[in-house]
Amino acid sequence: MKEIVVLSGKGGTGKTSIVASFAALAQSKVLADCDVDAADLYLLLQPQVQEEKEFWSGQVAFIDKEKCIECEICQDICRFGAIENYVVDPISCEGCSFCYQVCPVDAITMRESMVGHWFISDTSYGALVHARLGIAEENSGKLVALVRQNAKLIAEKQNLDYIISDGPPGIGCPVISSLSGASLALLVTEPTLSGIHDLERVIAVCRHFGIPTLVCINKYDINEENTHQIENYCYKEGIEVAAKIPFDNVVTEAIVHGLPVVEYSEGKLTQEIRSLWQYIACALE
Amino acid sequence: MVISIASGKGGTGKTLVATSLALALSGKSKVQLLDCDVEEPNAHIFLHSTINQSQPVFLPIPKVDETKCTYCGKCAEVCAYNAIAVVKEKVLIFPELCHGCGACSYLCPESAITEEGKEIGIVERGNSGNIDFIQGKLNIGEIAAPHLIKKVKRYIEPTSEVIIDVSPGTSCPVVEAVKDSDFCLLVTEPTPFGLNDLSLAVEVTRKLGIPCGVVINRDEAGDEKVERYCHEQDIPILLKIPLDREIAELYSKGIPLIEGIPAWRNSFLELFQEIQQNVSASQVAK
Ligand code: SF4
Ligand code: SF4
Repeated sequence: MKEIVVLSGKGGTGKTSIVASFAALAQSKVLADCDVDAADLYLLLQPQVQEEKEFWSGQVAFIDKEKCIECEICQDICRFGAIENYVVDPISCEGCSFCYQVCPVDAITMRESMVGHWFISDTSYGALVHARLGIAEENSGKLVALVRQNAKLIAEKQNLDYIISDGPPGIGCPVISSLSGASLALLVTEPTLSGIHDLERVIAVCRHFGIPTLVCINKYDINEENTHQIENYCYKEGIEVAAKIPFDNVVTEAIVHGLPVVEYSEGKLTQEIRSLWQYIACALE
Repeated sequence: MVISIASGKGGTGKTLVATSLALALSGKSKVQLLDCDVEEPNAHIFLHSTINQSQPVFLPIPKVDETKCTYCGKCAEVCAYNAIAVVKEKVLIFPELCHGCGACSYLCPESAITEEGKEIGIVERGNSGNIDFIQGKLNIGEIAAPHLIKKVKRYIEPTSEVIIDVSPGTSCPVVEAVKDSDFCLLVTEPTPFGLNDLSLAVEVTRKLGIPCGVVINRDEAGDEKVERYCHEQDIPILLKIPLDREIAELYSKGIPLIEGIPAWRNSFLELFQEIQQNVSASQVAK
């Protein structure tokens, strides 16, 4: 079983459209949407939810007004500025429990909170594990880990060849959580200066965690000079460019129709994505 | 006034809007641009800013003096993140899990724990023309983006017009960056993805009690549903930027929209006026 994580550093490079296309192209796979704060993959795969589970995590401090003697110790020691006038701001609280430990009259309790949901669903392309993190919640890294774990269980149980996951943008906590121990990272970039800059940072993260990496340049014809620059950079870094995909508004049309682009059109773009998938499948043998 | 520019979905043109708005205003007022997308800061590419100050940001990580430690296990017991473990005659510290809350060092009965800074990123300050430019850059492999964002926001000068470029998403780094702003501008695109992520971003601003407005980028590339949603939710659409090859090319080369096509300057000035009106209206409502 191989796990492929599709990342981009910069958002909006076309990651999700590519993952949805892989969903349609690959045999024997389970899909995982690891972009838990802004999960979009379900919009293209039309899942039927089979199991819905609550995600409990992240404690928040709570002060009992009746017991509090207003000594201010908690306010002084909280490094996250979460306590003011003997009230905890749940958004700022990082759940460290320091205040709970030091309150001289035990006025503080730590409460678990339900911060999201995760789902196992059926799609016409196979099982999908996805999640929704509550608004403005923390711990997206933990939820990502949970999504991956469950995708892996399904893959093991059904003896599937691939886990294909749509990763989060950026290089921070949820990205690290989606990446560690994966078989391959596919980095989808675009030939803009921002895209190049972000690609360099996400390559560094993959390297930091020792994950084999391939690059795909999406909308390569928007700026061919920049595309060249990316190719040269990848060559220098010893990373293969697995595909160059042209710009085509058919991608947006497919999103509007709620379909993976390879199911929506048979054009040049679809062929490129097909050969990209073959490239990846070979790279994983 | 502090205006944060967020999007839910990545790649919708947040940085394009942030840089053009800052440039449009910089002729008239004191402007600060804070790039709080510390995982992937990009505004500098458009602003060609010269950096003249660079400050490393540290997170305090525990360090145990083994000569004082009695292996009582108190530190491991109080750590909410399992960043410290006590095994027989050894204390193990996992810096990548530590949030730097300070509980262990404060509560150690033997005062055996001190704290040592671990660099998680840097804050850089410089300028681009009249714009006072500040950005945070998270180190590779680090997770404490919110801590770094806080440090970037320390540079806010209340007498300036402050524009904050926020990272995509809806979780802790976004909240940290958007929190305490007077207005949040949400940049989206007219597709089901844009709509889905916009509605999440709107909920963040509501939860934080910050008035918001929408910029639709790549207008007419997709469908009408984003506009319909904004009307239903009573969210003002303050600017539309068309799907246009020239605009995409400028962006790809790192040229700010109002420099590439100066006719856009006025649209951004109007955008700012509309934001001002919205902010005063919402203050009256409060
Ligand atoms: S749990 Fe930690 S972050 Fe939350 S209020 Fe207490 S000391 Fe502050
Ligand atoms: S430490 Fe306890 S008693 Fe003192 S102010 Fe905080 S909650 Fe109140």
